[in-house]
Amino acid sequence: MIGKKMKASSVSAAVMVGPVTLWLVFFVAVPLLYVFVMSFCSLDQNYNVVFHFTMENYARLFDINYLEIYVQSLVIAFLTTVICLVLAYPFSFLIARTTSRYKAVLYMLVIIPFWTNSLIRIYGWRTFLGANGWLNHVLISAGIVDTPLDLLFSKGATILGMVYCLFPYMVMPLYTAIEKLDRNLLEASADLGARKVTTYRKIVIPLTASGIFSGSIMVFIPCLGLFFVSDILGGGNSDIIGNLIERQFQSGNNWPLGSALSIILIAVTLLLVKLYQKCGGDLESLGV
Amino acid sequence: MKNQSKKKIGKASNTLYCLLIYLFLFLPIAVIVVNSFNATTAKPYLSWKGFTLDWYIRLFDNAALLSSFGNTMIIAAVNTLLATCIGTLAAVGMYKYKFRGKTVIDALLYIPVVIPEIVMGISLLTLFSKTSIPRGMLSLILAHITFSIPFVIFNVRARLAGYDNSVEEASLDLGANRMQTFFRITLPVLAPGIGGGALLAFTLSLDDVIISYFTNGQTMTFPLKVMESIKSGVSPDINALSALILIGTILLVVLTQRTSMNKKG
Repeated sequence: MIGKKMKASSVSAAVMVGPVTLWLVFFVAVPLLYVFVMSFCSLDQNYNVVFHFTMENYARLFDINYLEIYVQSLVIAFLTTVICLVLAYPFSFLIARTTSRYKAVLYMLVIIPFWTNSLIRIYGWRTFLGANGWLNHVLISAGIVDTPLDLLFSKGATILGMVYCLFPYMVMPLYTAIEKLDRNLLEASADLGARKVTTYRKIVIPLTASGIFSGSIMVFIPCLGLFFVSDILGGGNSDIIGNLIERQFQSGNNWPLGSALSIILIAVTLLLVKLYQKCGGDLESLGV
Repeated sequence: MKNQSKKKIGKASNTLYCLLIYLFLFLPIAVIVVNSFNATTAKPYLSWKGFTLDWYIRLFDNAALLSSFGNTMIIAAVNTLLATCIGTLAAVGMYKYKFRGKTVIDALLYIPVVIPEIVMGISLLTLFSKTSIPRGMLSLILAHITFSIPFVIFNVRARLAGYDNSVEEASLDLGANRMQTFFRITLPVLAPGIGGGALLAFTLSLDDVIISYFTNGQTMTFPLKVMESIKSGVSPDINALSALILIGTILLVVLTQRTSMNKKG
């Protein structure tokens, strides 16, 4: 009887978990392993990938031009994360703790812009910031500037686009963490004579640290790969690691080199995730 | 007295701050919507030349754009259906059963969520080029299901966290078989999580640029069509279609929220 029950449950376990297992192995694990293998492959004269072991792709990663782009990419990701955090923290605090009955609507308004295609929104920024774009139009007719400001195709424009694309990923975890804050703790702190700054430093920030960590990781990591933002707004002046990889797999047609670059990106990602877990971060809170 | 006015100023500056953030978030969308009604034909459509509905009408003559949008809808629909089925089964199975290799599946689930999309894109590209899976609709659907599954599972799992197993036991004790129990007890309880996961899968698929960019072959989706047109300046009919898609998505979400709220109430 027990044996039969065991068998029945292992059959239904297989039916339920089987498909996802096959899927993840075939479409996640195998491709990533293949990229790893390819990063040690060579190209023949016709730019075909041949399975001939070489470390050359990794050696090429230390090219000075590439090193500059890694640094630039990390700087852009860091600044984007900091700006997102500084902008999103007070904002999330206000909408998470509002007593307004439109609280849910206020939260939804952060998500709604992201239902329009992200490329076209970035293009919207280009139209807005361009030499004869809306902003310059307003500034000139208001007499604030004489000649149009050169705002596009700079690191600043790329960072603006990144902040724009990734802002909700900072708001969501912050909102969740701040909403869980116990109001009584804040009142107790004030009652016991703590000043507002002290309450923030000693109570609010530590208790919402989980949101700060997961928000930062959800902004920083994608920021290394969003090549179209720097393409559209940076105009080639602020390439990131994503641009390097994209070029090797499209116009450059050097898949082994692109694979080696991807392996580095994966390594950086894993390192950051490990760091995040060390700080007490929960992987689950990155998912939703 | 002084304290009160200070409080008022504080409140006003809080509201102002939130308004500025919303302005930041909606500004490029305003640009798109305004330009979709702009009667100018001079690229890149910067100055206002009067109101027109022409672009919304001409949209229906742009066969290439419409077919790319059709592809996007087919991919999003098939992806949502399959990812939701696979993900829901997996979430329930992983919650109920202990088995070897569970931690491995768990780790694999986080990979598409955590690593930058470009890495998912190029790894799938290498897979499709090595196997006989043709690059086009099929590879796009397979790729989209791959990045959607984890989000469905996480949503359903969040719902399972508060799930009372004894209801299922009661159902089995009362003579229902496993199938009946799954469809009549487990599924309805999990419905909001499944719905949320499905909605997420649908919207992610609708907007995906990077992974589609590497796995599409010759097939165009709407975001890829946008990408192609950015090089020459986005034409106003693309703005018009984007505005329509935004309205469609808002309606979809409001309607699903309504029905799920009605069910709760």
